[in-house]
Amino acid sequence: MLPIYLTIALAPLVAAVAAGLFGRTIGRAGAHCIAIAGVALSCALSLYVLKGILADGMGTFNGTVYTWLLSDGVRIEVGFLIDRLSALMMAVVTFVSLMVHIYTIGYMRDDDGYQRFFSYISLFTFAMLMLVMSNNFMQLFFGWEGVGVVSYLLIGYWYTRPTATFAALKAFLVNRIGDFGFMLGIAAVLRYTGSLDYATVFANAGRIVNAQIHVSATVAWPAITFTCICLFVGAMGKSAQVPLHVWLPDSMEGPTPISALIHAATMVTAGIFMVARMSPLFELSETALSMVLIVGATTAFFMGLLGVVNNDIKRVIAYSTLSQLGYMTVALGASAYSAGIFHLMTHAFFKALLFLAAGSVIIAMHHEQDMRRMGGLRKYMPITYWTFLVGSLALIGFPGSSGFFSKDLLIDAEHAAHRVGSAYAYYCVLAGIFVTALYTFRMFFMTFHGEERMDHHTREHLHESPWVVTLPLILLAIPSALIGWFTVKPLLFGDYFDGSIVVLPAHEVLKQVGEEFNNPGAFFWSAITTLPLWLALAGVFAAWLFFHKKPELADSAERNFKWLHGILINKYGFDWFNEHVICAAARALGKGLWRGGDETLIDNGLVNGSARIIGWLGSVMRYAQSGYLYHYAFAMILGLASLLLWLMWRP
Amino acid sequence: MITLTQVLTLSGVLFAIAVAGVFLNRKNIIILLMCIELMLLAVNFNFVAFSRFSGDIGGQIFVFFILTVAAAEAAIGLAILVVVFRERRSIGVEDLDSLRG
Repeated sequence: MLPIYLTIALAPLVAAVAAGLFGRTIGRAGAHCIAIAGVALSCALSLYVLKGILADGMGTFNGTVYTWLLSDGVRIEVGFLIDRLSALMMAVVTFVSLMVHIYTIGYMRDDDGYQRFFSYISLFTFAMLMLVMSNNFMQLFFGWEGVGVVSYLLIGYWYTRPTATFAALKAFLVNRIGDFGFMLGIAAVLRYTGSLDYATVFANAGRIVNAQIHVSATVAWPAITFTCICLFVGAMGKSAQVPLHVWLPDSMEGPTPISALIHAATMVTAGIFMVARMSPLFELSETALSMVLIVGATTAFFMGLLGVVNNDIKRVIAYSTLSQLGYMTVALGASAYSAGIFHLMTHAFFKALLFLAAGSVIIAMHHEQDMRRMGGLRKYMPITYWTFLVGSLALIGFPGSSGFFSKDLLIDAEHAAHRVGSAYAYYCVLAGIFVTALYTFRMFFMTFHGEERMDHHTREHLHESPWVVTLPLILLAIPSALIGWFTVKPLLFGDYFDGSIVVLPAHEVLKQVGEEFNNPGAFFWSAITTLPLWLALAGVFAAWLFFHKKPELADSAERNFKWLHGILINKYGFDWFNEHVICAAARALGKGLWRGGDETLIDNGLVNGSARIIGWLGSVMRYAQSGYLYHYAFAMILGLASLLLWLMWRP
Repeated sequence: MITLTQVLTLSGVLFAIAVAGVFLNRKNIIILLMCIELMLLAVNFNFVAFSRFSGDIGGQIFVFFILTVAAAEAAIGLAILVVVFRERRSIGVEDLDSLRG
């Protein structure tokens, strides 16, 4: 099986190199053909592997491909761990990536950097696959940084726009903070277990539990909590959890296919995947899980609220992504890792769908993203309209859609958890449902219904997008609507993740939920009696009332709650705080070191200063050099005489 | 009978005259060369005197070597002097200050 795994990972890399380095030779058509062929091959083989694991009972593969270096007993290797968790991730990543590749042909048709774009997204697919297929921390970190770099390159894809380069830099720097925590976590794992290999580390998790970190003479931290929190800080950076979420809304400066692939469906879920992969460690630290729970719940609710006041269609979906990532994190914190991964999968489909549909709208609107200048697009773009509706219903968890199964069960599992912060998290995620429905359908109504607010010129050119754009929409709409029915039972309540995800018996919230769960159909009917459905419907109704039926109500609410609106428009002041406190302090420190340390001390003091002293000495000493022979002779004689005198009279 | 002290005094006086000539002379490089020769002769005097009074012939052998070297040195010195004169049209010590800092 190893050749197959290698092909899955390397096919996108080959495509990326071909499209990136030989883009001019192979041309635009050549670039997209080779990139799509590479990722299609990966996707087909990933699905084959998934089928092998599901249907044919293929066992877990855990093997080393190449030993990079061996240092003091620590092996740094390239290796693959293909179990059910990674097989599922591989299938999701390559499928969404394939859809986005096809979509890109339409979306980037008129762009000059066509080949470069294909090279980047293929490279991204490679890095993401390395991340999910890895069997050790080092390769995980490699993939982690690889997707980070590609994310940076793609946010700043239109590098002539100052906002895009700023957003790219911001994403990169915020991710550095997370990565620093992640590196500390990896270092702690290495310190206590002496290995970077997953299997060895998990087998020796007991050693981390028994260890203490002595911060001072009297304070000692449990090493397991420290390790898990450090690893989670990495996940917070990559998966955009409060307070390291600030980069994700700005990342919308990148082209829309990227927003769909990297900043919604796959890369940002790497943190969720990582925590689920590390479940044997996280399970051992109640404190770390509580932190995960609280951070996730905060992100889920408060970031969702921001979507309600934003008018940029992509940013609304970006805030929705933040909120949904919060939901996944809540599931992880409640020890319902399977529910988190399940929501990750359904979210990948419906959020990629929403983004791509929004991109289709943006193409039709000639790259206008402000929803206040849209409206009534329904009759111009029927396919986009219906697929967007499917995505929206899945996002709010409408009964029967994929989001319904994943989100409702996630909330049930959270409700069953008994952990510090679980009550807070429960109310956050419940309120989050209302907010989700509100902003989703606000966006839906503002874009597709109501009066047509675009200018005359744009309206004349409105038409449905070409088939390369609509085909991925349709292909993504199918799993968004239906995949929950087939996968919910095996994934959440079956033994699918046995061996990949470890849950302590005391934490088995999903088992409690599973006792009441018979089959998807019964769960579908029972939804009518549960709170989430009515909250979602209330959200849809509120959106319809405020933003479609009586828009003046929304305006008066905005006037009457100016302070609240102000807080939301300013995004709770995170950006302000970062800009005026953290960045200002960093800039002041940098400027101080530059002016004081570099310019004054090193440049003027040590380097130029020593040169100046030598120069001054020379200018004084030159007067001793008269050039007359008899002066030198006189000096010699004088020296000789004094030497002789000293010889004569020395003691 | 001439004593060692007298001979050494003579050689010391010769050396002192040569030194004085080196840095009092401002006009002529040739005098400078002659002074250097005189210094060497003063040293030779010492050699001879010590050789004579200690009964060791080695010192007088040394004098021959020094005289040979001094002759060679004088030849080279005069050759340089000719070149300097061709270049500068002067052999005045005061004019030769290209080494001034």
